[in-house]
Amino acid sequence: MGHIDWAEIAQASLDTLAMLGGSMILTVLLGLPLGVILFLTGKGQMLDNRAANGALSLLVNILRSVPFVILLIVMIPLTVALVGTSLGVAGAIPPLVAGAAPFFARLVETALREVDKGVIEASFAMGAKRRQVVINALLPEAMPGIIAAATVTAIALVSYTAMAGVVGAGGLGDLAIRFGYQRFQTDVMVVTVVLLLVLVQALQMVGDRVVRRVSHR
Amino acid sequence: MIAFEAVSKTYAPKAKAGGEGHVALSGVSLSVRAGEVFGVIGASGAGKSTLIRLINGLERPTDGRVVVDGDDVAALGVEGLRDLRRRVGMIFQHFNLLSSKTVADNVAFPLKLAGRPAAEVKARTAELLARVGLSDQAAKYPAQLSGGQKQRVGVARALATGPKVLLCDEATSALDPETTEQILDLVSGLNRELGLTIVLITHEMDVVRRVCDRVAVLEAGRVVETGAVEDVFLHPASATARRFVREADGEPAAGAVLAGRVVRLTFRGEATYKPVLGEVARTTGVDYSILGGRIHRLRETPYGQLTLALTGGDVDAAIAQFQAAGVRVDPVLIGEGA
Ligand SMILES: Nc1ncnc2c1ncn2[C@@H]1O[C@H](COP(=O)(O)OP(=O)(O)OP(=O)(O)O)[C@@H](O)[C@H]1O
Ligand SMILES: [Mg+2]
Repeated sequence: MGHIDWAEIAQASLDTLAMLGGSMILTVLLGLPLGVILFLTGKGQMLDNRAANGALSLLVNILRSVPFVILLIVMIPLTVALVGTSLGVAGAIPPLVAGAAPFFARLVETALREVDKGVIEASFAMGAKRRQVVINALLPEAMPGIIAAATVTAIALVSYTAMAGVVGAGGLGDLAIRFGYQRFQTDVMVVTVVLLLVLVQALQMVGDRVVRRVSHR
Repeated sequence: MIAFEAVSKTYAPKAKAGGEGHVALSGVSLSVRAGEVFGVIGASGAGKSTLIRLINGLERPTDGRVVVDGDDVAALGVEGLRDLRRRVGMIFQHFNLLSSKTVADNVAFPLKLAGRPAAEVKARTAELLARVGLSDQAAKYPAQLSGGQKQRVGVARALATGPKVLLCDEATSALDPETTEQILDLVSGLNRELGLTIVLITHEMDVVRRVCDRVAVLEAGRVVETGAVEDVFLHPASATARRFVREADGEPAAGAVLAGRVVRLTFRGEATYKPVLGEVARTTGVDYSILGGRIHRLRETPYGQLTLALTGGDVDAAIAQFQAAGVRVDPVLIGEGA
């Protein structure tokens, strides 16, 4: 294990966690409302609106169909405009969010569709306003599904951060590629991959536990 | 309290089918008096749910007016409709409780939506849970309750905002007979003790018989019969009503009709317990074969109904004597059933 630079691995781990944390927060902040709007403007729903739903759906599908590596490169000018650089942790966050938020939004939409229509109807029958139905009934009822969606999204983001390493974002994925793959330092690659695995396992475990906590079905 | 004035409801056609749309109700007129239990009975798809949902504005009539507690429902704005819905509680076949909230939070939900202060919400919730006998289940989640308990939560929740009207859409259809009885007792208790006006929808005549004062029979979106439960139940005028009554009582021994005049005797109240039959047979010399019969209660009133074939002796005198004793006599056409 001669050439393992543990300090560098520690730094890379921190970078990965920072990228993951930063992009996850923004993904939820953007993706959750987007998913709710996608759901509400859908056919037969509260704000049924074909035009708005079609436009949003198209935007989401475009972002989801572009391979992430391409998104990373295409977004460089926008990223520079937003955060001043396309490098490092900060430079990775805009493309990560652009890749993950539409994905998360779709999963949120699906989770909301699973909510029993009768419960929504009962809420209206009790005199709830639309906003109250969404905030006090729809979202709490869909919460287990939304947490599960967030878990899947966070794990997808872990592999996105590894790809972001390709354009100079740093992090564990970057380390695995530069040392492990390009310089044949297999041991560095193994250590980084194990660390990524531990991270994914931890996310899944925490996610599952929270789902169980909020689910009362 | 509630009036339907020539109400029709047509659901918009499916875009693809390009058809006319589905007529769920046509020309429905009826009125529900304050403080009564009004039943609506009909087969699946007859338009029962549509009818009850028009009362609290979950649906809008295509034609005609629905007036509830003095308000034309369709004319109410968003705030007016919310206010109406606090005066009209509703319970559902599948309970429709929030699975993410505890029993207490479900009951408190309408109060929170109405922005009532926390202390009031807490006190009122406790009072409601005590009323439906679930004080000890307050911290549980709906998934941990039996069907009957869930419907009790539904009732408590529907009462939270102190409504004048309670709408029950097949509220006992998902329950077993014993639990159905408990929920019906609870509902009729609310009617007696709180003076609540109740509209109850069902496809079971038995439910109507146990709790309703009046009933409307719905067939393919039209009201085919309305009246006091006693009248509709004992002397159904429409084929639909007759079918429901027969379902509730089981098939009588029709077909086994022999010689003689076939009549149906209806005893109500005190007459039910009098030994009229033997007396009449002795004094008029008629013989009778019993073809079918039932003895039951309509809420608190006992009644009996017997289908007889009368032979020999003075049949007309026998009929007159029955009538004099307060028993209603109807001729039965062969094939009509009892
Ligand atoms: N939202 C809707 N869109 C289109 N058609 C509808 C809608 N709701 C009900 N219908 C149709 O209207 C008719 C009456 O429906 P409704 O739900 O009022 O019947 P119901 O008497 O309550 O039946 P059930 O006993 O099955 O609950 C049915 O044929 C149904 O298919
Ligand atoms: Mg129905």
